[in-house]
Amino acid sequence: MGDYVRQLPHQGSRDMARRPSAIMRLHIDIPLLLLLLVLSVYGLLVLYSASGQSMEAVYRQGRYLGLAFAVMLLVAQINLKEFERWAPWLYIGGVALLVAVLLVGVGAKGAQRWLQLGGFRFQPAEVMKLAVPLVLAWFLAGRVLPPRFFAVLGALLLLGLPAGLIVVQPDLGTSLLIASSGLFVLFMAGIGWRYIFGAVVLAAASAWPMWMYGLKEYQKQRILTMFNPESDKLGAGWNIIQSKTAIGSGGWDGKGWLQSTQSRLDFLPESHTDFIIAVLAEEHGLQGIILLVGIYLLILLRGFWIGAQAQTSFGRMMAGSLTLTFFVYIFVNMGMVAGLLPVVGVPLPLVSAGGTSVVTLLAGFGVLMAISTEKASATT
Amino acid sequence: MLPQFDLKDPQLESRVYGTRTILAIGLVMILLGVILMRYYTLQVTEYEIYRTQSERNRVQLQPLPPRRGLIFDRNGVVLADNRPSYMLSIVRERVPDLEATLADLQAVLPVSESDLETFRKKLYRSRPYEPVPLRFRLTEEERARLAVNRFRLPGVVVEAQLLRHYPHGELFSHAIGYVGRINEQEAQELDETDYRGTFHIGKVGVEKYYEDLLHGDVGYQNVESNAHGRVLRVLERFAPVRGKDLTLSLDYDVQLAAFEALGDRRGAVVAIDPRTGGLLALVSTPGFDTNLFVNGISSSEYSALRDSLDVPLFNRAIQGSYPPGSTIKPFMSMAGLLSGLVTPQSTVADPGWYSLPGDSRKYRDWILRVTGTGHAARVDMKMAIAQSCDVYYYDLARRLTIDRMYDYLHPFGFGDRTGIDTTNERAGVLPSTRWKRAAMAQSWYPGETLSAGIGQGYMLASPLQLAVATSVMASRGQRYVPRLVMAVDGEPVAPPVLEPIEAPAEYWDAIFDGMREVVHGQRGTAKALAKGIAYEMAGKTGTAQVIGIAQNAVYNEDEVAERHRHHGLFIAFAPIEDPTIAVGIIVENGGGSSAASPIARAVIDTWLQVEPTDG
Repeated sequence: MGDYVRQLPHQGSRDMARRPSAIMRLHIDIPLLLLLLVLSVYGLLVLYSASGQSMEAVYRQGRYLGLAFAVMLLVAQINLKEFERWAPWLYIGGVALLVAVLLVGVGAKGAQRWLQLGGFRFQPAEVMKLAVPLVLAWFLAGRVLPPRFFAVLGALLLLGLPAGLIVVQPDLGTSLLIASSGLFVLFMAGIGWRYIFGAVVLAAASAWPMWMYGLKEYQKQRILTMFNPESDKLGAGWNIIQSKTAIGSGGWDGKGWLQSTQSRLDFLPESHTDFIIAVLAEEHGLQGIILLVGIYLLILLRGFWIGAQAQTSFGRMMAGSLTLTFFVYIFVNMGMVAGLLPVVGVPLPLVSAGGTSVVTLLAGFGVLMAISTEKASATT
Repeated sequence: MLPQFDLKDPQLESRVYGTRTILAIGLVMILLGVILMRYYTLQVTEYEIYRTQSERNRVQLQPLPPRRGLIFDRNGVVLADNRPSYMLSIVRERVPDLEATLADLQAVLPVSESDLETFRKKLYRSRPYEPVPLRFRLTEEERARLAVNRFRLPGVVVEAQLLRHYPHGELFSHAIGYVGRINEQEAQELDETDYRGTFHIGKVGVEKYYEDLLHGDVGYQNVESNAHGRVLRVLERFAPVRGKDLTLSLDYDVQLAAFEALGDRRGAVVAIDPRTGGLLALVSTPGFDTNLFVNGISSSEYSALRDSLDVPLFNRAIQGSYPPGSTIKPFMSMAGLLSGLVTPQSTVADPGWYSLPGDSRKYRDWILRVTGTGHAARVDMKMAIAQSCDVYYYDLARRLTIDRMYDYLHPFGFGDRTGIDTTNERAGVLPSTRWKRAAMAQSWYPGETLSAGIGQGYMLASPLQLAVATSVMASRGQRYVPRLVMAVDGEPVAPPVLEPIEAPAEYWDAIFDGMREVVHGQRGTAKALAKGIAYEMAGKTGTAQVIGIAQNAVYNEDEVAERHRHHGLFIAFAPIEDPTIAVGIIVENGGGSSAASPIARAVIDTWLQVEPTDG
């Protein structure tokens, strides 16, 4: 009796370790979920200030986040094999929608990016953010890795078609993001260094012709503005001057929560969407930036760890690509607001206000969770 | 995962993936490091630069223009005050496309070419964050339309300001002048700091002469404003010091009496208190509405004023130069007495004409045309003044000679600016041999001395000079620099005193007797004035011939004839025992002094009613 009682906790804990827990059965990666929640709360705090202390904006973003987290958990339930099976169909559907956008799409400011479905507007490019890495991972997983020449060629064609369709909308920024998510799949698949160096050389060589013939005037302007914002203080340079001012004036400590003058006095444009990091930097200083980057780094490391633990090449490639794409968002957004990169419409993941981007992003994390719990679910 | 052609090697795949993951993590760390370095540079290394810039964004120094001093008459009647008015300004820094905004604005409210021109000139000189005024005096409706369109007009601001207002318009136009928008030349000469935020400056008259006192000192405030230029709160404030209020010695009722008595005739009235040298009235007709000038008069209105035959912009009271005619005679009398050439009792034979020794030319007395003979066989000083005997003064002038005449008349204020505290005063002409050599490079002819002796020929005086000379006479030689302002912020200002004219009492009495006879005597030239008068008035009539425009104006016979008539002049002071008012009056083309003398009666009546004679 005494023995039994003494043994019970030990027995229980071993049982717990061996048997898939309720959490595992729900396909939830706890560290990832916690990190994403912490990030979302931090984001809402900044948003409250950046939106001019509007609870309404916070509630709206909260509802988007709720929806996105639900989507993430839902996606996490899907068996990885199902992703592999549906990847080509998702891809084909996505490409069809992109073609539809060009034919019957609606848009604003000279770009044609949306499909109108009843009262609902829908941007097919968002689908491709997941469909492209999925289809490439599916395509390469079925082949010998590292991929051979024809596999690389096939992958590039799969990647080039939607990227090309999005470029002509035109939406160069999204196109580059989608292309990079595909290239990350290739990279994680172990594509040969000669391809990588070749691509770098090709990119460098094509810079001049791209500048001369490929880029539109406004795109060139953005790049020029990045190098010299003072050249057009009131026009294109305004955003960068004001965001740098916001960031710089935050210093190490920051001005304090709700004390951002650049944002409160409307000097900072897009302060609650693409430029929200400037508000964070102004109010919370470099400390706040380091905290944010720290959270992001932990999420990235968790993503890489999930990839390393994955059971299949498909899972590994997907995890690697999703994680690297997530990083690209962070890098591009933080870089552009700080004047390191030209201004492109990339939100700061889980901090910038917005609905679609958050849902797409967390759907990706749903895939990551599915990968992370793949082994456990296999044992059920 | 089925192998297709080659065999898949899961272990190789896993190893390759591990390598790539490490590479990826390395790349991510490096790039995040780059990002952090960038934020470190902005937030730590360049912190001070951006801190300053953010403060400059947030906080702006705004000038607070001082309130311009008010102007009152001697009894506190407001002659110039400031009323709130709305103006539209543009902040260059906040306007993305100035031309587009200006075009948009013109669709919302009218903006004239001259508004635009002034705006552009001002824009060129001002700092990018300073509001530059474009339109003044916005109407209620224009403000409403601007409010509706505000969202598409970035950088356009509507501000309230105090604007000069002249409640009595034309009545005091020449007495106090007016303010107008600062023009380019003025802007260059002004103290830039002091006039930051001030858009108006005294242009003419008291408004200009006392600009320094009226303007006050500019203040500043640090305000927090948003990117659209809207002020959210005031952080710090240094209040402006308002301009000083001026109390003029002018009396509203006397001014009004003079203005109404002149009616629609061209002329001028100046009234002075001989005890202080303070002006009681300064009227020149026609006048004009000074309010028109405050915000830039339209060119059509301006050319109407400028081109009018009646020259309303011309201040006859101080700029006008008229032959004083017979009004010079009392002063000539004093010259005769002081020189010892005549006594109150000495007489001159009066056949009705006079000739220089050895010259056959007859200088006629005006009475010759009327009665065919002189005023009397022999004429003394009293009769000479009362009946305006020319022969008496021909004789005196000849014996006095022109240069001694100059010496005796000059202290009365002829031939020089009186130094009144307003702008554009003219000196007139008190001729002398020196003057003629300098002005005309000719020598003096004896006949010209005779003309000068009765106030004709080269001699010219403004109504102000006539009034000042009469005031000196009335106060028995006390001389003041005439003043319009008698108190600044309630503090009385002492009038500048000049060296008096020393003369025995009987000299003054003799001249006063003659001047009393002008009004109260049986044969006085202004005896009509005595009717129903309750006090004793001393006066002197005058008539000035109009010459010189006969050759070129023949279109309208009536009009030309009217403009050929003689100017009527009159000087007077009252009450004789203790004078409190002295006036100088001219009515252009009035025909004769009878046009001017009733005005003196009206003005003096009003003043004596207002200010009963006291000790």
